Amino acid sequence: MEKILDIMFEKATNQIEKCSSLEELAEIKVKFLGRKGEVTEVLKKMGSLPVELKPIIGKKANIVRNKIENHIKEIEKMLEEKMLLKKLENEDIDVTIPGVKKEVGHQHPISKMIDELNQIFIGMGFMIAEGPEIETVYNNFDALNSPENHPSRSKSDTFYINDELLLRTQTSPVQIRTMKSQEPPIKIISPGRCFRFDELDATHSPMFHQIEGLVIDENITMADLKGTLDLVAKRVFGENTMTKFRPHDFPFTEPSAEVDVTCFKCGGKGCKFCSGNGWIEILGCGMVHPKVLEECGIDSEKYSGFAFGMGIDRIAMLKYEIDDIRVLFENDVRFLKQF
Amino acid sequence: MLVPISWLDKYVDVKNENIDDIERKLIMTGSNTEGVDNMSDKFKKIIVGKITTIDNHPNADSLFVMKVDIKDEVLQIITSATNCSVGDIVPVAVNGAFIADGTKIKRGKLRGELSDGMLCSVEEMGFNKSVIPQKYIDGIFILRGDYKIGENVKVELPMDDPIIEFEITPNRPDCLSMLGMARETSATLNKELIMPDLTIKNEVDNIDDYISIEVKDNELCKRYAAKVIKNVEIKESPSWLQLLLMKAGVRPINNVVDITNFVMLEYGQPIHAFDLDTLEGNKIIVRTANDGEKITTLDEVERKLDATNLVICDAEKPVALAGIMGGENTEVKDTTKNLLIEVANFDSRNIRVSSKNLALRTEASARYEKGISPSIAEDAAKRVCNLIELLGAGEVVKGIIDIYPEEVKENEINVRASRVNKLIGFDLEADEMANILGKLNVKTTVDGDNITAIPPLYRLDLNTEIDFVEEIGRIYGYENIENTLPQGNSWGEKTYTQKLDSLAKEILFANGVSEITTYSFISPSTLNDLRISEESHLRRYVKIENPLGEEFSMMRTNLIANMLKVIKNNYNRKIEELSLFELGNIFIPKDIPVVELPYEKKRIVVGSYGDNETFYTTKGVLENFLDGMGIKDYTLLKEKNDNVFHPGKCATVWSDKKLLGSIGEVHPKTLANFDIEREVFVIDLDFDVVIEMANIDIKYEKIAKYPTIQRDIALLVKKEITHQEILDIINKNGGNNLESVSLFDIYEGKQIEEGYKSMAYNLTFRSKERTLKEKEVTKKYNAVISKLEEELEIKLR
Repeated sequence: MEKILDIMFEKATNQIEKCSSLEELAEIKVKFLGRKGEVTEVLKKMGSLPVELKPIIGKKANIVRNKIENHIKEIEKMLEEKMLLKKLENEDIDVTIPGVKKEVGHQHPISKMIDELNQIFIGMGFMIAEGPEIETVYNNFDALNSPENHPSRSKSDTFYINDELLLRTQTSPVQIRTMKSQEPPIKIISPGRCFRFDELDATHSPMFHQIEGLVIDENITMADLKGTLDLVAKRVFGENTMTKFRPHDFPFTEPSAEVDVTCFKCGGKGCKFCSGNGWIEILGCGMVHPKVLEECGIDSEKYSGFAFGMGIDRIAMLKYEIDDIRVLFENDVRFLKQF
Repeated sequence: MLVPISWLDKYVDVKNENIDDIERKLIMTGSNTEGVDNMSDKFKKIIVGKITTIDNHPNADSLFVMKVDIKDEVLQIITSATNCSVGDIVPVAVNGAFIADGTKIKRGKLRGELSDGMLCSVEEMGFNKSVIPQKYIDGIFILRGDYKIGENVKVELPMDDPIIEFEITPNRPDCLSMLGMARETSATLNKELIMPDLTIKNEVDNIDDYISIEVKDNELCKRYAAKVIKNVEIKESPSWLQLLLMKAGVRPINNVVDITNFVMLEYGQPIHAFDLDTLEGNKIIVRTANDGEKITTLDEVERKLDATNLVICDAEKPVALAGIMGGENTEVKDTTKNLLIEVANFDSRNIRVSSKNLALRTEASARYEKGISPSIAEDAAKRVCNLIELLGAGEVVKGIIDIYPEEVKENEINVRASRVNKLIGFDLEADEMANILGKLNVKTTVDGDNITAIPPLYRLDLNTEIDFVEEIGRIYGYENIENTLPQGNSWGEKTYTQKLDSLAKEILFANGVSEITTYSFISPSTLNDLRISEESHLRRYVKIENPLGEEFSMMRTNLIANMLKVIKNNYNRKIEELSLFELGNIFIPKDIPVVELPYEKKRIVVGSYGDNETFYTTKGVLENFLDGMGIKDYTLLKEKNDNVFHPGKCATVWSDKKLLGSIGEVHPKTLANFDIEREVFVIDLDFDVVIEMANIDIKYEKIAKYPTIQRDIALLVKKEITHQEILDIINKNGGNNLESVSLFDIYEGKQIEEGYKSMAYNLTFRSKERTLKEKEVTKKYNAVISKLEEELEIKLR
């Protein structure tokens, strides 16, 4: 009996070792350990053995059974591992083949620029104010202290609907609307469409975009104006940007200034981009004229403020290196997809 | 305003200053520049020479052989110029020279004769044709004056003379003059200002014996000053004067005109010279023109006048348009012997209207329009006489006629130092401020915080305290003001509507739709292209009075036309597929003709085409959009009568009985009008209603934990029955536990009877409270089936 078990164990071990698939292994398991398996059969025959042999053979049979069982498990694990490896190998792919894309939409560069500027100003405590594209002559010129004979009022500079209404030439009328409807402190920007009587060419468009800002409070100074715009320039064009405030003249503000920033291409050394002088003019600004404050019902002795305005299209063109304003309004899909 | 440094140097010592330095400093005190023209960079090695002989060229009839003395040697030069004489002083480009157009001058032979250089024209020294005197346009520049032979013209003329071009702001008409810029330079560089020489050495006779002047309108003519010059000799000006004028952008004419132009540029005061002998009755009368009166101006145009035009008349007739242009009848000619010099001040408003009505704008009228102080007239008149004497152009008659009834007076303005400090944000003493103002010739007295400021009469822009705040600030230097940030707490954020704007765009980006930006104005012909019916209210629009052209004359009443134009352009450029949107305003008039501000309404339009685009892909975008905006409850109603769209593929979109807009395939005829040859799908929504209906207030709904029971139904449906009709019956009869219904198949064709279609739905049942029983689901399912059969004659397949 013991011998039979030894032979059986050897046979089983041999077959297990040779086994190359999980199916085969399962068969072997049934053949030896199943209900009618060879080892089971031996154990079944235990009853007919002499009493003194029973424990010895029983023990041996159990050892053989456990050994076979463990061996099968071991091989099973190995085969599983092997099969997985093979499966993974078969699933090998060319990772350099292009990805399958879901088309996403692109934001127009002007609205992208407006968003970027809005975020900067919101971060500095500004609210965004909006107003109509068709405005009154009063809001667009008169209330802004624009002299009656100012060239910008002429029909060769401004689009008119009638003698009282026009297409706004700047977003400053929004400032008038805000000052008339809201008590100081006021801290707003107004981005939007503006219109001037310019034929469309590489650098002019009859429609363009502006962003203007207005801050009114007690004790607002020109130093605050400088500090604010210097910060804005750094946020828009980079931390190393420097600003230069040149005295200028605007009817709406006094004192007034134009602001240049160091060329963000060459950092101020002078290059083709900035026509060699290292500076690029980006905005106009100044202290709100007392007449404008008074016109809007704000006490100019108690309150002071500053205002500024810049061309969004121009800044977008500088930033994205667009050399022709017309492409902004052509909306060629190949252009839009770059933003 | 072109300012040659050599001219500026007459009043402020700048010749030893670095030009870039001067430019930079002036920019920082408010005189912005358009650039500096270094004329001398344009040429090299041009020497002053003297023609000693002129002979005919032995081999060519049209050429001459000249000997030109350049001090160290005598050069033989061949030229075709005919305006030279022996003894003329001329600019000579010697061997190795460069002239302004970049040509290098080399020794060579011309038709067999040695030519050792070239005589130069004015253009070859770098001047623009428009400023070159008529007589020198095609000839050699003959130098009139005491020039040293052999010297380089850069030093001798001089031509080493940078010209700064200043951009003068409208508030500073006084700076449209050499003296104005000299004052700015003097204040900026802290240097003494030297005023022009006004002395007249010798005066003869008495002006009253020559002329009498009457001003009938003292409002329009604030001052009229006149001098008389006799025994005038009209000739060419010396070269120094011609060169200065040319550098300042003015073409030299003759000595008298050149002097008046010189003084105009120097003082900013227009001056007119009449031929005294052509004035009838020894009289000047300044009055408004009679209706229909005529004058022929110097430009040889006969002009019909009316009462808006102020005219200068003699005893009989108009002889000049005041402040605009002289008359041909009294023009200074080569034969003129006696002159009346007019230095007047005319009302800027009247000149503007007069010049506009006559469509005649001149250097003089532009200056009067911008504003000139009446105070400078007398000095300017004296300066003209001083130069007449200096150039030996005539004899000055004693006396001046000066009609100046309302002399402008000095004005006192109180400036509070504390106010200046508070607005600028620095901390200056009143005395320091007074000192700064002094540099600008503002007289001041300081009393504590108060500075009493008296601006010079030529400054028309200094009238109120704030004007002085600016002057103190700019001369102190904006770059010297410390940068600070406003005090106080404030926070910024987008308003609710602005957040929804951004959200709408984000949803569309995520759905593959790109943003476009188009003009707010468009051609009214697009209303026809869109096939909007003649009587539709959509044809009412806001018209631009002075558009760039008909095609930009209508404020848009829809966004679809621009979208189709953009689609067409992309289609023409062979773009295979696209999906675009615009969020923008449309303009709806309240009244026609427009009196009030129109309504401006925001709309959003989506346009798509491509091989994979269908009505349903576009509807998918619409559904994602509305869902993203929190508009859950909406319906689409079939719309057959919108001319823009395909009658079978269009719907209006509604939410809570409010019209959100339309969706559809664009009508083939509409597409043809836009030259688009493939299907285009459009969504057009009223964004104001979208915002009204939007709900971005999200509340979490618990995720269901009980299992679902699914039922599929395949239905045989009459073709004209819509999904919505079926859906409504299923939803109505499916009970509270019907969680969702989805259409998963539509089929027409084989095996389906003609006039029918097969539609397959999946119904999902689930309770929030418990596990459902098959039995109760079956009951609802049967109810749905029987209602479908009953109401829509639908059979199970």
